[in-house]
Amino acid sequence: MMNLSAGHPAAPAAPPTLSAAPAAIPTAARPAASGFDVDAVRRQFPLLARSVHGKPLAYLDNGASAQRPESVIRAVDDYERHHHSNIHRGVHTLSGEATQLYEDARDRVVGFLNARSRHEIVFVRGTTEAINLVAQSHARSTLRPGDEVLITHLEHHANIVPWQIVCDQTGATLVVVPIDQNGEVHAEQVEARMSSRTRILAMAHVSNALGTVLPVRRLVASARARGIVTLIDGAQAVPHIPVDVQALDCDFYAFSGHKLFAPTGIGVLYGREALLERMPPWQGGGDMILTVAFERTTYNGLPHKFEAGTPNISGAIGLGAALDYLQQLDLPTAHAHEHALLDYASSRLAAVPGLRIVGQARDKASLVSFIVAGIHPHDLGTILDQDGVAIRTGHHCAMPVMTFFGLPATARASFAFYNTFDEIDRLVAGVHRAKAMFA
Amino acid sequence: MQLNDLYRDVILDHNRRPRNFGPLERATASVEGSNPLCGDRLTLRLRLDDESIGDIRFEGEGCAISTASASLMTEAVKGKSRSEALALFARVHRLLTEDDASVDEALGKLAALSGVREFPARVKCASLCWHTLASALQASEPLHLPAVSTE
Repeated sequence: MMNLSAGHPAAPAAPPTLSAAPAAIPTAARPAASGFDVDAVRRQFPLLARSVHGKPLAYLDNGASAQRPESVIRAVDDYERHHHSNIHRGVHTLSGEATQLYEDARDRVVGFLNARSRHEIVFVRGTTEAINLVAQSHARSTLRPGDEVLITHLEHHANIVPWQIVCDQTGATLVVVPIDQNGEVHAEQVEARMSSRTRILAMAHVSNALGTVLPVRRLVASARARGIVTLIDGAQAVPHIPVDVQALDCDFYAFSGHKLFAPTGIGVLYGREALLERMPPWQGGGDMILTVAFERTTYNGLPHKFEAGTPNISGAIGLGAALDYLQQLDLPTAHAHEHALLDYASSRLAAVPGLRIVGQARDKASLVSFIVAGIHPHDLGTILDQDGVAIRTGHHCAMPVMTFFGLPATARASFAFYNTFDEIDRLVAGVHRAKAMFA
Repeated sequence: MQLNDLYRDVILDHNRRPRNFGPLERATASVEGSNPLCGDRLTLRLRLDDESIGDIRFEGEGCAISTASASLMTEAVKGKSRSEALALFARVHRLLTEDDASVDEALGKLAALSGVREFPARVKCASLCWHTLASALQASEPLHLPAVSTE
């Protein structure tokens, strides 16, 4: 038996000391200790130890991409050094090892999402490709002129443009559900727009620009009762909310590895098996076929029918390692820590004169979008960067959201469980510094 | 790389009180500049009297660097000939992008933009209005131009 354990090493033991002790900071406004050992977790993410412009890095751009733990870096490294080959092809040892590591990663995704089987897990490049796959395979082959695709106003461009393209191709109509001034999507308003012509409901689980958590469970139930196929863009949700696709009962769920502490270029489309079976392939090539002749080609079974060409093998293995990492973490406590960070950041930022938080939904995931009167978000981003604080500024690939709020851009701080209250204090101090500079 | 090298007093002043800001009557050229990723957007209008820029004004919203750059630019090119303005565009472009570009007195207040080149992510902010101006000056039909972007 080959030993593949090196491909999935346990999280490394914590080194004995931290390079810089956290500075003493008033803790009155902070929540009581949660039992989550954030320092120990931080030591497992090598990049977090670096400095930027001579200051310790405060990485508050996790909504764009999260950092990788040592175990993910090692799993990818181990694969590249010892097991790399093409998969599903050769009879030689390496091909067998690579295939097993790749397919093991798929099994981990089955467990992570609580899918029914590995047939329901398609590896893709990321959420964007997953949504395009559903649009070009399922939607393009089933939509008829006059049919409707329902989305919400707060979607990321990746959950807007693929539907616009397929609506153009099929004569279907894109229907957009409005949001309110808090950035909330109201379930009744979505339901009111479900018509006898609605075929697909595609919505974010969590808004990347506002942090809003959508009432996906209720909406999936409403849609299914009307025979509407549902897709959930889970890119911003999987790092913060446990996802069980059977409990959600959605038809499709998409997410990206790199927002979940895995490498870039790997993502997942979960699809209900019966639907995936009926869908035509969307890309042709190697690995997705059984036999090819010029007269007729027969397609491979699920999930390989949707994985034409050599996939991102090391990325999938990295994703498997990231899921292993999350599994050994105390996730409920980690998520509670994230929520404490969100509450703390929200209250501290809201107390800054002239600062407005954009997106005040009752149920939010761990990010804060904001603007400061008289300071363009881009200037704020540059000033914070000089303090070592990394945030995102811009339209967040959600231009309709910016248009709705009448803003060209916002600043966005997005948190992972490895962030600290100290980092939020540095964010707030940087905002004050920018205000003084621009006063 | 110092923050106050980027945000010099001249830049902060022109951001706070942009000069030549607002609409322009009887414009002979009107061009949009837009960097949607960062949210900078401006409309540049100018009136050419024979071959010289009789008046020039801009509107829009953007970061301090793009606003100040546009404000400084309108002051610098007003009254200049088309070819003088294009020559100035070339000099500012070098100032923003070339490490060894010299800062001489002839640049006047525009020298304040020299700190931008140390912040590569911000060069596109400072150069947006200049590319927009060049588009307006080089076009044969300067009232019907596509938007300019430096992203």
